[in-house]
Amino acid sequence: MLDYVGLIPLFPAIGFAINLFFGRRMPKGAVGFIACAAIGLSFLVSLLVFADLLKLAPANRSVEKILYTWILSGEFQANIGFLVDPLSVVMMLVVSGVSFIIHVYSHGYMHDDRDFPRYFTYLNLFVFFMLVLVSANNFLLMFVGWEGVGLCSYFLIGFWYEKKSASDAGNKAFIVNRIGDYGFLLAIFLIFVTFGTIDFKAVFAAAPEKLAIGSGIITLITLLLFMGATGKSAQIPLYTWLPDAMEGPTPVSALIHAATMVTAGVYMVARCNVLFLMAPTALLVVAVIGAATAIFAASIGLAQNDIKRVLAYSTISQLGYMFLACGVGAFTAGIFHLMTHAFFKALLFLGAGSVMHALAGELDMRKMGALKPHMPRTYWTFLIATLAIAGIFPLAGFFSKDEILWKALTEGGLGFWLVGAIAAFMTATYMFRAVFMTFHGKSRVDHEVAHHLHESPGMMTVPLILLAILATIGGFIGFPIVEGWNRFNEFLSPVLASPPALAAAKTAEAGHHAVGFEVAMMIVSMAIAGLGILLAYRMYIKNPRLPDRLAESYKAPYELIANKYWVDEIYHFFFVGPLIRFSVFLWKIFDDILVDGTVNGVAAIVRGGSEIFKRLQTGYVQNYALSILVGVVFVIGYFIFGK
Amino acid sequence: MVSLSSYLILSAILFSVGVVGFMLRRNTIVIFMSIELMLSAANLAFVAFSRFLDSMDGQIFVFFVMAVAAAEAAVGLAIIMAMYRAKETVNADEMNLMKW
Repeated sequence: MLDYVGLIPLFPAIGFAINLFFGRRMPKGAVGFIACAAIGLSFLVSLLVFADLLKLAPANRSVEKILYTWILSGEFQANIGFLVDPLSVVMMLVVSGVSFIIHVYSHGYMHDDRDFPRYFTYLNLFVFFMLVLVSANNFLLMFVGWEGVGLCSYFLIGFWYEKKSASDAGNKAFIVNRIGDYGFLLAIFLIFVTFGTIDFKAVFAAAPEKLAIGSGIITLITLLLFMGATGKSAQIPLYTWLPDAMEGPTPVSALIHAATMVTAGVYMVARCNVLFLMAPTALLVVAVIGAATAIFAASIGLAQNDIKRVLAYSTISQLGYMFLACGVGAFTAGIFHLMTHAFFKALLFLGAGSVMHALAGELDMRKMGALKPHMPRTYWTFLIATLAIAGIFPLAGFFSKDEILWKALTEGGLGFWLVGAIAAFMTATYMFRAVFMTFHGKSRVDHEVAHHLHESPGMMTVPLILLAILATIGGFIGFPIVEGWNRFNEFLSPVLASPPALAAAKTAEAGHHAVGFEVAMMIVSMAIAGLGILLAYRMYIKNPRLPDRLAESYKAPYELIANKYWVDEIYHFFFVGPLIRFSVFLWKIFDDILVDGTVNGVAAIVRGGSEIFKRLQTGYVQNYALSILVGVVFVIGYFIFGK
Repeated sequence: MVSLSSYLILSAILFSVGVVGFMLRRNTIVIFMSIELMLSAANLAFVAFSRFLDSMDGQIFVFFVMAVAAAEAAVGLAIIMAMYRAKETVNADEMNLMKW
């Protein structure tokens, strides 16, 4: 089945084509079925590829399948090829699996939307590009997938394009992404100039030989690569598009902005781990930005009232954790968290969608409350996801987050651990704040909306239950401490090497000492999460007037985080505003006056000239005869006197 | 004997009268008469040369010129007839449909 890895992106492409051309003529059920079946088949093939890969010995688990040569120009060659190795297989499984669940959910959620076929067309196209991204065997094909998912993100965020805020959000997402892509492109150019090739295998093999560790070139390449990652994965400074992206339909937020697209940056950094490990400065930048983003976004999430915005900032924060992990060299931990995060974040978004569905589109948590008795399945799955994200044993989030914090402490230092721990505390707080405000307490729901309160249909709740199961048991493949129980780590280690010096030092040192300490740190993490939950409980259940009183007493910090640190306004003042003014200048002065003026001016000159010359045509025969006579006189004169 | 130059001078005078008449007269038919006058002047020059150079070529060419003059007069008069039907006048000043 390994040979047929090309089928994995092919099925969604076919689904896209069918729904594109025939979607509007088919009944809704057919459109949804085709889209879901396409992804389902992709997932099946991914499973088979995974099984095939397991049959190979760990050292051989890196298979390339080249479909054809795409570009061949002088020294430069780029293929359409797929790379099947543990990392890409994990990504393929996560992408196709979670996409399938979300497709099924969307069928229920978007059922009453009049643009149902267009939705599934875009969604299939997105999954196609994402699968191309994760299975590509060279930088250029990966970039094709990278751009493609950005494009589909634009389509899907601005899905309800008649609403100005939605189409603006789509623009913002695409444009901010583009800034990051600029860095990614420069990195690809640099890689080509340095190595003469853009194939992953060739570049990663040549890198240690060609470049010195910490040299300028490798640092520049990795920093530019990371710039691309900050755009796609919403890190500081290019994260501002993600909260606005919540304008799109909720399943889109679940798929693109939680489980798949935003993780592309993490995947890219993990894929290029060989390069990053050779540039310690760049790794430090990655870790610092990851940690800073984690805590920054978590602080904003504390004061948001829109449930989707809370989840958006939570995503940014969790992505920060993944980059923190990569930045300290623990790439497996980063990918592990990527996987568990996909499960529980998608579940959180879909649960929020279920709540919105019941409340006729209400997003503001201040208008929710006491929904638990009305929506039990939504409540329990949402709660499981919240426990997972807070990092409570034995749910998936505990294992992955804990591994990151542990590696941050041992490989990065106390500073990173502290930032991560504070962010974890905030995570637990704002997530349980969301749960309490939405499902517990007194009902603040509008009267008319309250009449229609109902649990969501099966097509929406079954995916929730599936994801809840994954969020519960998904962590066990990365069980730490016990030798041989961390299957995930083992599986990925051929691809994601950890820094050799550190690895040797760790194993050489006391094994016992590490174990006891690790268990102690786990208990500390749980305690921090518990404190966060307790704080949320105090503020939103026991003493509901406390948040408002705190906001009053600490007005300045509250305003700061409630207004998202005014980052959007700052960007607008420094970048967007001047750019718009410059564009208006180009339009009104340069285009209208200069260019149009020149073209129209030439025409005006011709017209003016002809106004003068037309007077020759008097229509008066005798004038014409006179001119003939004058000409004859000149000719004769020339012949008589000239010669 | 009368010299060649006398004939040529006469021919030139006739031609100039024809040209001036063509330029300055308003009646289209008079313009045509001037054209014929110019052609006749040319004919005279041809015959004069034929006589003084003892060659028949000039006189034969006169035949051609006369034939062409006749044809051209026929066509021209037909045009004048058409214009008269359209504009009720033969005044050249008023035939300015091709004016800008």
